[in-house]
Amino acid sequence: MTQPSGAVSTGANALTLVPKTDEKQTAKHFKTDQEVRWCPGCGDYAVLAGVQSFLPELGLRRENIVFISGIGCSSRFPYYMNTFGMHSIHGRAPAIATGLATSRPDLSVWVVTGDGDALSIGGNHLIHALRRNVNITILLFNNRIYGLTKGQYSPTSELGKITKSSPMGSLDRPFNPVSLALGAEATFVARTIDSDRGHLTSVLRAAAVHRGASLVEIYQNCNIFNDGAYDGLKNPDTRDDHLIRLEHGRPIRFGRDGQRGVRMTTQGQLEFVDVAEVGEQALLIHDAEHAHPGLSFMLSRLEVDGPTPLGIFRSVDRPVYDDLMRDQIETAQARSGAAELQDLLTSGDTWRIG
Amino acid sequence: MTKQVRQLDGVIVRFAGDSGDGMQLTGDRFTAETAAFGNDLSTLPDFPAEIRAPAGTLAGVSGFQLHFSDHEIMTPGDAPDVLVAMNPAALKANLRELPKGADIIVNTDEFTKRSLAKVGYAANPLEDGSLDEFRVHPIPLTSMTVVALAGLDLGKKEAERSKNMFALGLMSWLYTRPTEGTVVFLERRFAKIPEVARANVAAFKAGYHFGETTESFSVSYEVKPAPMPPGLYRNISGNLALSYGLVAASRLSGLPLFLGSYPITPATDILHELSKHKRFGVRTFQAEDEIAGVGAALGAAFGGALAVTTTSGPGLALKAETIGLAVSLELPLIVVNVQRGGPSTGLPTKTEQADLLQAMFGRNGEAPVPIVAPRSPSDCFDAAIEAARIATKYRTPVLLLSDGYLANGSEPWLLPEVAALPDLRVEFATEPNHVAANGTAEFWPYLRDEQTLARPWAVPGTPGLEHRIGGLEKASGSGNISYDPANHEAMVRLRAAKIDGIAADIPPLQVDDPSGRARVLVLGWGSTYGPIGAAVRQVRRVGGVVAQAHLRHLHPFPANTGEVLRRYDRVVVPEMNLGQLSMLLRATYLVDTIGYNRVRGLPFKSDELAAVIESVLAGSDPQ
Ligand code: SF4
Repeated sequence: MTQPSGAVSTGANALTLVPKTDEKQTAKHFKTDQEVRWCPGCGDYAVLAGVQSFLPELGLRRENIVFISGIGCSSRFPYYMNTFGMHSIHGRAPAIATGLATSRPDLSVWVVTGDGDALSIGGNHLIHALRRNVNITILLFNNRIYGLTKGQYSPTSELGKITKSSPMGSLDRPFNPVSLALGAEATFVARTIDSDRGHLTSVLRAAAVHRGASLVEIYQNCNIFNDGAYDGLKNPDTRDDHLIRLEHGRPIRFGRDGQRGVRMTTQGQLEFVDVAEVGEQALLIHDAEHAHPGLSFMLSRLEVDGPTPLGIFRSVDRPVYDDLMRDQIETAQARSGAAELQDLLTSGDTWRIG
Repeated sequence: MTKQVRQLDGVIVRFAGDSGDGMQLTGDRFTAETAAFGNDLSTLPDFPAEIRAPAGTLAGVSGFQLHFSDHEIMTPGDAPDVLVAMNPAALKANLRELPKGADIIVNTDEFTKRSLAKVGYAANPLEDGSLDEFRVHPIPLTSMTVVALAGLDLGKKEAERSKNMFALGLMSWLYTRPTEGTVVFLERRFAKIPEVARANVAAFKAGYHFGETTESFSVSYEVKPAPMPPGLYRNISGNLALSYGLVAASRLSGLPLFLGSYPITPATDILHELSKHKRFGVRTFQAEDEIAGVGAALGAAFGGALAVTTTSGPGLALKAETIGLAVSLELPLIVVNVQRGGPSTGLPTKTEQADLLQAMFGRNGEAPVPIVAPRSPSDCFDAAIEAARIATKYRTPVLLLSDGYLANGSEPWLLPEVAALPDLRVEFATEPNHVAANGTAEFWPYLRDEQTLARPWAVPGTPGLEHRIGGLEKASGSGNISYDPANHEAMVRLRAAKIDGIAADIPPLQVDDPSGRARVLVLGWGSTYGPIGAAVRQVRRVGGVVAQAHLRHLHPFPANTGEVLRRYDRVVVPEMNLGQLSMLLRATYLVDTIGYNRVRGLPFKSDELAAVIESVLAGSDPQ
């Protein structure tokens, strides 16, 4: 299959300030001695293996990489990564990562979270981390279920989902994480799937170097409580009709041999068309680098009544929160010279006695 | 006409007006003049919770009280000797607290039918004899200001705005305050709008000259400078001192300061202040909520910063889970709680000490956290440094319990020499600390220092020390996840022992008992230090024999606390809560205490506490 092209960013990338290593790294360097405790067959294994075998490519010093997670099955991830790591509390990983990334530009900071962790209890932190554009990479494992608490519907479960806490069907409409992230004007938003190592790796590659907050939604199968949630996207017989592989700068096509495509109507809506009928030049060209997130948002809505796009929805350059904060500090220091504590204490009206 | 100058040993002045009348500025300036003159002083602003309550209403009254004297004082004073009331609401709101014979300077221009009706005055109190027991000085402050500014090119409304400076000028004359500082201040403050600067200076001077010439005042007063230890002083509020303490702790520890915070009264000024000090490398992060504030701070602590979060009671409740995580991660974190009246939103602008038990116990599981409480505005500086010392040395979150009274109150501060401040330097782990069974060197994040029981602080970026920590229980030593029952028990006890051990690293509880034969001890914590100290002195002046002690460390208590308590027949514990310290003392030492508890949103008055002490000395219990 073709890989999504990592949208090229200009200027410094996310890792510019992170020290590199001469060590010849392999996936093995990133494994810990801890026994991995996910259920056999869980999609988390594939993602863990994907990340461990991708990281050597970045050539970073392992001690300058930090994985921070919240609570949930996927949040065990840091224990299995031979880097620095923190398994924090439910929903708060983006906030904790913000503090770390903001104070340590020499680190590559990753957040590992799930649909419940990121979109329910931690929804607020997620959207604010994205809008601030903190230099972190967020891996959102979306299995559309609460696994660790043994099977309740999650904020990404489809309406009417029958679970232990919704025996007659869930009543709340799901979030689409990509739409949500685009709504928060995240500068990098992508979606990939646990079963496609090549696609996963290419998305990770682009996300890792994106300077600013990157959100990668990873469709992940929970074979215990929500098995087969993504079967339509995995089954070789159906997947071509069910998914769109977004490629920056390329016409948006899907279906076997790409005979179907996406076109914008004169009303500004997206519609599905037969390429043979309308011709390739009529198709919408995917532009992940457009300054405005609107079109990417429309793409994220296609799955409502059509195929599901995978790939990079958006990748734009925008000033990064931690860089801006560092700039302000440097500006203040340049303006007023060395800061002396004694001068601070004696600022304001003083008087002397004796 | 030359007027008589009468000597006083101390005065309590209160400025009160509408929140739009500039009373805080007026009070600040009077304070600065008084400080420059060399008096000892203590101030307490009192502002409404509403930003701009409707003009002229009781809810909109903003006040500023200043106590100054020719001797050492400890409180902003119980009841004002002089009230400056800019409108009927200010008069009505403060009248109850005025003692007989107090001076009241009123702005008669505001005593119109409408303004009187707004606060429920059926008749004009200036005319109906209801103020007969006070010395009332009716002065048309507004119109005199307008007349004084007639030569300037200003509209009437704009001219009227300077009436607070007219009042300040008058008060400056009445108490023989130096005026140059205020003139310089006004010129500097309004440098960009020269008309306003001119108007304010002119109004200020006019008020002063009016005092000299009017027959309303036959005497002016003088309060001689107080004998204070030699050195350089400045006036400082608790929130400012606390901010400086944090910047100082950053310098002293060599760690960059990181503040994660969400605005909340009365703690917000610390966020404001620290955000000004970027040249000290201070990073301030205004988070999306209280939880993100403390979360970001904890993330920064993991990265090796001196991490702080600031809040008030409701915010502390929200931060509880993250503080518990910090207890489990054993990372340094300073949590500042500027307490206010609770529960819930409570009284945002009023003071209270009712978060002691929340600080002590407000987390799930056994999650002990050291607690430090400053006792006066300037002490917030030292208390912040002490909190940083404990946090970094013991790798633990520390709760710093200030309150609204300390935050906004001010007093002269003898500036410390930076060279004399404690050394807070910290050593990060740099080497593996354990040898695995197969002989390879590895890093165990939960191997403890034998003396402090602190674990190593190994920050990301340190080669060879890659490790994972989290909120799950960890095996002692290796830090790997462990569900082993005996290990959990050992870890719970280790975490508690680490905090308890701090008792050996803090000064013993000092008792002040000049007689050496007191049978009654008054024990306080936090901001009650001033009123208790003033009350104790008052009692001693009339022959009472009483001892005073004050707790700066609430958890753990100083090692000698039990012994001190047992030395006395009776222990009185005044608190602005329903007996939280009393509960801890009784539970810890099985020593009974006599609680004196008030939650009115106001600091104790020293007269009130003196009466309590007298009654205990006489053998009865206070109500
Ligand atoms: S419950 Fe589901 S998500 Fe959790 S480990 Fe098992 S399979 Fe994976």
